[in-house]
Amino acid sequence: MSSANAPQMSKSLWRHALDSLKKDRYAMIALAVVLLYTLIALLSSIGVLGANWSQEVGASYAAPDMNNIFGTDIFGRSVLEKTIKGTEVAMSVGLVVALIAIAIGVVVGAIAGYFGGLIDELIVWFYTTFSSIPGIMLLVAITLIMGKGIIAVYLALGLTSWVQLARLIRGEVIKHKDREYVQAASAIGSSHFRKLFIHIIPNVMHIVIINFSLQFQFAIKSEVILSYLGLGVQGQPSWGTMIDDAKLELARGVWWQLAAATFAMFGVVLAFNILGDALRDALDPKLKGK
Amino acid sequence: MNIYSYTFRRLLYVIPVVLGVSLIIFVLFNLVAGDPTAILLGKHASASQMAELRHELGLDRPWLAQYFDVVRSAFTFDFGRSWSTKQEIFEMIKAGAIPSLTLSFPAFFLSTVLAIIVSLFVSFYRGGVVDRLVVFVCVALMSISSLAYILFGQWFLAYYLGLFEISGYESGFPYFIPYVLLPIIIWMVLSVGPDVRFYRTVVLDEIYQDYVRTARSKGLSERVILFKHVLKNAMIPIITYVLIKIPFLILGALLLESFFSIPGLGSITLNAINGSDFPVIKAMTILSSIAYILFSVFTDVMYCLVDPRVRLK
Repeated sequence: MSSANAPQMSKSLWRHALDSLKKDRYAMIALAVVLLYTLIALLSSIGVLGANWSQEVGASYAAPDMNNIFGTDIFGRSVLEKTIKGTEVAMSVGLVVALIAIAIGVVVGAIAGYFGGLIDELIVWFYTTFSSIPGIMLLVAITLIMGKGIIAVYLALGLTSWVQLARLIRGEVIKHKDREYVQAASAIGSSHFRKLFIHIIPNVMHIVIINFSLQFQFAIKSEVILSYLGLGVQGQPSWGTMIDDAKLELARGVWWQLAAATFAMFGVVLAFNILGDALRDALDPKLKGK
Repeated sequence: MNIYSYTFRRLLYVIPVVLGVSLIIFVLFNLVAGDPTAILLGKHASASQMAELRHELGLDRPWLAQYFDVVRSAFTFDFGRSWSTKQEIFEMIKAGAIPSLTLSFPAFFLSTVLAIIVSLFVSFYRGGVVDRLVVFVCVALMSISSLAYILFGQWFLAYYLGLFEISGYESGFPYFIPYVLLPIIIWMVLSVGPDVRFYRTVVLDEIYQDYVRTARSKGLSERVILFKHVLKNAMIPIITYVLIKIPFLILGALLLESFFSIPGLGSITLNAINGSDFPVIKAMTILSSIAYILFSVFTDVMYCLVDPRVRLK
């Protein structure tokens, strides 16, 4: 983020953050895990991996063996293939939901904090109201309106998880809006839009990045709850539907579908959690060393 | 401004928020959620049947009147009758509250106490192996789906090992205890991760304050500092964190109640969701929203009372 033509007296916040992240061994492993999952999701979406998930490869509910290391499901489909295919859903849900939540949260929070007054009162009233409604009720209402499917999952989760970020951004923008660099921008005749989105937002971007990794893993976990409510992804395997299927399978001793989906999810959610903590330590100097 | 007028002003703010909650509920469930009569009567309903049911349910009345109904129910708690069971919703809620509380209250209390003790313990060894290990275990616990815990607990601990009741409920003390034991344990496992992480940060925030250094330089033992000085000051954020979670106990633990067949508010809500029982969904939404708003006012007022540094404006 540091501009190349300015004299570099000291390292920027971003440079510092990058350096301390590079030294954090766990954060680097977590990043590698996230990249690996992303690669699997991409390969699955172009049909290189997990393309045969719908084919019958063995008996119904065959236990894990040499041919199918994760066993098979009720239709004799490979649980391994389904888990790989499910990565695609999980990663896309995480990414899209995080992007929707961040877009709404940043714009709403920034406008409230920057303009203040009546606009601020209205926005704060709106998100106070919105956040006092239990999330699950909003999820249900949105899927009632949208119908079922992956688009409904994106929107239901994205539209319900922006309030936290909006609050943080509002508070941060209030702190920044009277600082000298913003006054300087006013002095050379910058518009409100320019001051807010070109000058102030880049300075609060670290909050967005920390929030991104939290939203990402939260969305992956929430997809399971939506599947349990019968509002999840249809016609394509997802970790949520695999875990949900287990409620009928466990009594028959079929544990492998639950285990495979839970472990796959555990890996990526844990990686995002570790990465999120590392990013917070690196980008929020107030919390350094805690 | 004194504390009374502050409380009064905060309470006044409840009104626009309740009006807003009613508006969102009305827009979602009365305007855009689609025609509930189509869901209730099934695919083969005739137009006249649907019109009749719409009239019966009051869905043909003007929008303003329907919105006013939602607002009124928020103040009178008269939510009408359930579409599926035809029971008075208020009676359903009264009947469901006790089973929910027999699960959520002990679970919440025990998990909070456990989390505070663990966080004080790891703060004592901050930066060491124990601290890092506990933090890692917390993050790992948080990375597993809550549904997976419930499924595994019910199958392995209750069904396979036979240590607990698989599901069901009996009302009255002490008969309910065997039925809520396993749900309470799963609740504790689910909440210990985020709770310990939060309380640990709170305690560490205090440990680097000047008064702790002073206490240490006076020669006080680390244990006295931690339990007498640090805990007292850390109580402020801890109380806030605990209070703001109480309203969520009202909805109960939706998943836990439904898996273990505990006839509480969570089960009522989930049944209503599965059966598109809009009046019940609306009632539960309004009730939990009001509880949330009132508790956030209560939390703010408490915050001012316990921390003289907070200035009222």
